[in-house]
Amino acid sequence: MSAALLRLEQVVAGWTAPATRPLDLLVDAGSIVGLCGANGAGKSTLLAAVAGRAQVFHGRLWKKPKIRCALQTQEAPPLAGLPLSGRELLALTGAAADGLPSWLADCLERRLDRLSGGQRHYLGLWAILNAPAELLLLDEPTNNLDAAGVAHLGAALRRRAGAGCGIVLVSHDPAFVAATCDRVCRLEAPDGR
Amino acid sequence: MDADLFLVPFLAGLCLALLLPVLGCYLRLHDEWLAALSYSHVAAGGALLAMLGGVPAQAGGLLAAAAAALAKRPLAARLGQASVFPLLLLAGWAAGMLVAANHPLAERVGSALFDGQLYFADIPRLLWLLAASCGGLWLLRRLSRGLLLSRLYPDHFRLRGEAAWPLQGGFDLLAALLLALATTTLGVMATFALVFVPPWLTFRRAGGWRRGLRLAVLLGAAIYLVAFVAALALDQPFGPLLGLAAMAACILGGRRGP
Repeated sequence: MSAALLRLEQVVAGWTAPATRPLDLLVDAGSIVGLCGANGAGKSTLLAAVAGRAQVFHGRLWKKPKIRCALQTQEAPPLAGLPLSGRELLALTGAAADGLPSWLADCLERRLDRLSGGQRHYLGLWAILNAPAELLLLDEPTNNLDAAGVAHLGAALRRRAGAGCGIVLVSHDPAFVAATCDRVCRLEAPDGR
Repeated sequence: MDADLFLVPFLAGLCLALLLPVLGCYLRLHDEWLAALSYSHVAAGGALLAMLGGVPAQAGGLLAAAAAALAKRPLAARLGQASVFPLLLLAGWAAGMLVAANHPLAERVGSALFDGQLYFADIPRLLWLLAASCGGLWLLRRLSRGLLLSRLYPDHFRLRGEAAWPLQGGFDLLAALLLALATTTLGVMATFALVFVPPWLTFRRAGGWRRGLRLAVLLGAAIYLVAFVAALALDQPFGPLLGLAAMAACILGGRRGP
């Protein structure tokens, strides 16, 4: 039987006021769960509540005790003007460079703020994706990625899950979610959309 | 020129010229470069207030800067992050000016604090600065990963169930004490120049963080060396020449790197 890493029971989350409908969710080790729904349904808010950034107004949110989580948000790290190379970013989060696509592996020594938006995004994502953690929380990971990047990300997520990591990802990309996730949870917007 | 006479002051300043650019890189990382001016003014104000109370000026400067560092986060929560350093700067300046206006010796001491007293550095002061520089660099190295993570991934510590305040508060205190020590040796503006200019150039030119730290140290040492030699050769005050050397470095090296 798989070990539960995260369990939500009728959870209503929000920043300053309730912003989601009650949700039940179970994430086991080695599983990838997708969160889908219309804009305003509260997908990112729910992820933020799991990460401890937003509030839980109702229900019960349980995480495995002492679990190590890693979170990728839609806000990019403030890298503009910062002399930090890709390799240094990976070392910072403890992520290995093994498995990076060649179009990124070749520019690890360059400053992150001098890479293209897609390269920078994928390196930032990789730094989270391969950080030592048992539960990964990813918010729109396919943003800024081309088709090759999306395909590589899907394979990397499946490898990570295969190694026992639980993954929750929020995405607007139905094809990516269908191809990558073991289960999909659709959130209804509070106004019923 | 009597080389022995100036060797101790030179080495005392060199300790700070190697330390302050590294400290400045971490302050700049968190957009806190104005801290250099703020803590320096608070330290100068504290030193003058201490003199009024019969306490050694150095101790007063360090205590005032430490108090400002401890007050920084509560003040930021109340007044907003962007307001803290300008307000601390104003408080330090106002306290210093008021003491200077009401104490017969304070004006002279205040002027010495703002201009620096590098040439009066003696062996005990040099040993203090050497210990502070080595200790400061060692602590910054220990704090480095946490400071970078807290800037790039602000949720990192919460996600790991760890408290971020020991790291942030510890860095605030370390920065304030080192800046107070530097202010009472180099003066307010020379300290600011060494905290601001090498990191500014480094952030524009360096290809990575570690390379950037090394570049900042080299720049700090070069600017200091030029200023010290020029001050002796031209018989001019050290602080303004350091400012000019820093300006020259900005103009020569300020072009963005590839």
